[in-house]
Amino acid sequence: MVKDKGKGGGKGRKEGEGKESEPKVIIGLEVHVQLTNLKTKLFCSCSTDYRGAEPNTHVCPICMGEPGTLPVLNEGAIEDAIMVALALGSNISKRTLFSRKNYFYPDMPKNFQISQYDGAGGIPFATGGSVSIGVGKEVRIRRIQIEEDPGRLVYEGTIDASPFTLVDYNRAGLPLIEIVTEPDIESPKEARMFLQSLRSILEHLGVFDESLQGAMRCDANISIRGGKRVEIKNISSFKDVERALSFEITRQKGLLARGLKVGMETRHWDDLRRITVSLRIKEEEQDYRYFPEPDLVPITISEDLIAKVKARMPILPSERKKIFADKYGIPLQTAEVLVSSKAMADFFEECIKLKADPLTLANWLTGDLKALLNEMEIEIWESKVTPAHMAELLSLMKEGILSGKMAKEVLKEVVATGKMPRKIVEERGLRTIASMESLKEVVERVFSENPEAVRDALRQEKAVHFLIGQVMKATKGSADPLIANEAVRKKLEEIASLSSSSSPSLSLSPSPSPSSSPSRT
Amino acid sequence: MESLLRIPVSELCDAIRRGSIKAEDYMASTLDRIRRLEDKVHAFITLVEEPILMERAREIDRRVKDGRGFVGSLPGIPIAIKDLICTKGLRTTCGSRILEGYIPSYNATVIERLQGQGAIVLGKTNMDEFAMGSSTEFSYFGPTRNPWDLSRVPGGSSGGSAAALAAYEAPLALGSDTGGSVRCPASFCSVVGLKPTYGLVSRFGLIAYANSLEQIGPMARTVEDCALLFSLMVGRDPLDSTSVEPPETVFFQSQRTDDAMDLKGLKVGIPKEFFGEGTQEPVAEAVQRTLEKLESLGAQCQETTIPSIHYALPAYYIIAMSEASSNLARYDGLRYGLRVPDRGYGWNAIFSENRRLGFGPEVKRRIILGTYALSAGYFEKYYLKAQKIRTILRMEFQRAFKHFHILAGPSMPILPFKIGEKVSNPLEMYMCDVHTVPANLTGLPALSLPCGFRNGLPVGIQFMAPAFQEGLIFKVAFALEKALDLREEPSLGFR
Repeated sequence: MVKDKGKGGGKGRKEGEGKESEPKVIIGLEVHVQLTNLKTKLFCSCSTDYRGAEPNTHVCPICMGEPGTLPVLNEGAIEDAIMVALALGSNISKRTLFSRKNYFYPDMPKNFQISQYDGAGGIPFATGGSVSIGVGKEVRIRRIQIEEDPGRLVYEGTIDASPFTLVDYNRAGLPLIEIVTEPDIESPKEARMFLQSLRSILEHLGVFDESLQGAMRCDANISIRGGKRVEIKNISSFKDVERALSFEITRQKGLLARGLKVGMETRHWDDLRRITVSLRIKEEEQDYRYFPEPDLVPITISEDLIAKVKARMPILPSERKKIFADKYGIPLQTAEVLVSSKAMADFFEECIKLKADPLTLANWLTGDLKALLNEMEIEIWESKVTPAHMAELLSLMKEGILSGKMAKEVLKEVVATGKMPRKIVEERGLRTIASMESLKEVVERVFSENPEAVRDALRQEKAVHFLIGQVMKATKGSADPLIANEAVRKKLEEIASLSSSSSPSLSLSPSPSPSSSPSRT
Repeated sequence: MESLLRIPVSELCDAIRRGSIKAEDYMASTLDRIRRLEDKVHAFITLVEEPILMERAREIDRRVKDGRGFVGSLPGIPIAIKDLICTKGLRTTCGSRILEGYIPSYNATVIERLQGQGAIVLGKTNMDEFAMGSSTEFSYFGPTRNPWDLSRVPGGSSGGSAAALAAYEAPLALGSDTGGSVRCPASFCSVVGLKPTYGLVSRFGLIAYANSLEQIGPMARTVEDCALLFSLMVGRDPLDSTSVEPPETVFFQSQRTDDAMDLKGLKVGIPKEFFGEGTQEPVAEAVQRTLEKLESLGAQCQETTIPSIHYALPAYYIIAMSEASSNLARYDGLRYGLRVPDRGYGWNAIFSENRRLGFGPEVKRRIILGTYALSAGYFEKYYLKAQKIRTILRMEFQRAFKHFHILAGPSMPILPFKIGEKVSNPLEMYMCDVHTVPANLTGLPALSLPCGFRNGLPVGIQFMAPAFQEGLIFKVAFALEKALDLREEPSLGFR
């Protein structure tokens, strides 16, 4: 982080988390979520399943805004919006209507977007509510609204260098829910945490499928120390949110350090070069000339409708977390991590069905598996591991065939190749010689081969470790170290107790010692 | 003129269904008439090709002859369609250069319905560009001339449709009425035109000028023909969220002659504001005469007032221009319409150039004013205020309708003016709409009926009724039409 040597350095000490001259960062997010569970677009009957299709094939006169066409509302969007509002604790407007947001841009066939607004005669769908982001913090929601997605602009390379812009209207008219936060977010990390919590809630509601590329996008608004607000557009992954905001903070601090002012502007996140690029600089807000959409009638949201939606609402992550804790005895902290991703939580439940031990399972999922996935930068559904794999792995451990350490190795291979754990164990000859019985032979052999070490081991810890090491070596590392440890110590105990009451033939120590048994004299 | 062309539509339909008149012959006469007159009148922008029209007419005759296949309520009847109603595969220009070559990929719902009843789309009629005007002089394709006096305007913006009817180039026509665009040309061309109650006719396929004000309106030479056409146009359309199911009261049944004549008990209100200073003396006189005729049929006419009516015109223009500025934003040349050759310009430059060259001056004027009215800080002052005036007007009309069955007055305050007379004075042109805009602002039905000639020029009387009372309007108009018994036909330089 660039150290702020400019104005307000002293003030910074009070704010931030004790970091040197950290200016107050204020971040607000506008999240756009595609209602991918709806089969048709928001205002026409084109299919929403456009990913992978040829450009401009999921279009019709209505979503292309051809002259004379009129929008007709997909009522599924209203029900989805009710669910989202209920889940976030927002106040649903009794009456809502659509507004036109007017501006010229090639990705919008009508050169206006049918959206919602809270001024100029408009009534957004819901206001208020909040999302808990862990660390005891709540991010408040300003409003929730329904709107149509614009089309997609495609560039060759970066936006600056591209010799042309291509337009694909397949996405135009797709139903979106926009969730606008209050500027309660104070760091890029918090922004990411907010998005993760929100994503989990929305996935649990079933209104959107996170595996679909671009289904959740966000614009960020950031200002430092109460300065001018910069809007960043085109952020399409959670990692990008953190990167874009961090970059922007650095950029702005750099300007301030040189005594320059931060201008109010809109910047575009270039995910190839990982920088923000200025899109338009305006002295004021862009004027969208909002007015109520005359081709659509206002919608009344009745108590009955809300109750009907509430009744069929799926379980929320916060509720699921409690269930995991109560039913399976999992610590809340662990449960929280489990439900932070619906895919993970579902995975967990599937494994339980396959009789995996809940606590062990939870620890493995939130610990080793999560770490592996993070390292490989993939999501759980992108990896090859399935509940069957996990259940088998856990049962191999339970059976004593695999040690914990070995299991970690096996898991790595499962995630990478998708092979079943038993197969991997066979192929790599990894059976852990776990039971004392099977180790007994090895221990006998090692002890007889290393008489001096055995003698030393009765007195020194170092030699004990040597013996254990030899046992491990003899089993080519496949012995469970804990059990090898136990076996060696037990054997030593045996020898020690035998020699105290034993016949000379069992004496293993050639040199007499003061502490030797009476039989030795 | 061919006597065939004089036959009223309802009679014609019966004859064709019986086989006593061939649709093919009627179509041939129509096309012949058009061939002889179009140079003078210029009612059409696009005509469907003759072979296609003849074949469609023949198909109807075949079905009649075979006694098989659906023939419909308008079998083989040619209809002239205002050029802002989408016709699949047939060029639709809105009278504008920016859509000069535009061919819609779909039919407007009304077109589907009418074609489904056997009607044949004859061609697309001339209009003020994007329906913005009262004279059809603002068409990229040149003006249409009034068949009653070729040096004068036919009214607008549905001037082409009205002129085609007056010149007997078509028996039925569709227009659209946002601020009087059906009733004005109907009045100027001595034909019948109705602006329906808002929501009765689907707007799907009507290229939008001002969505909250406009309706597609039926136009014909007689009340009965107009009512017939109208009955086939109405009905809730799932593709138009603002459309409604028509109650029975919108329909007109041509009753027994003596019933039809009897308007006893009918209370007619005459808003005094319709006879204000802007109304020309001959027009006022002609309408007064007509009201006397109405009274002779048993009606009772009495003066009334709509106090806020002088706010109607400014409210109309603010709302219409605001909505237009948004509706016309889509014409940027990127997906359809005029596309000037790119010279490597950025997006802003490209669409600005397309619009600069594609739109005429009146359209630009209204887009700019509408943009201004909606801009930040002005919404409350203009658009919102204008909407409030609508509510006030609705209340005042409702109050009037407590005492009267219908309201009446001149459709237009003036006689048809000379081509070029008002073109340079937008405000004077806007003043022409003063009697017609209240119906659009309130969503109430209104009809213009020819009621006589002064100085050789047509005068129209306008009737307004409560919502969904088209049936009543038709009844009154039908009776009056019979009583007036106007016989004139435009000379157009020859017979």
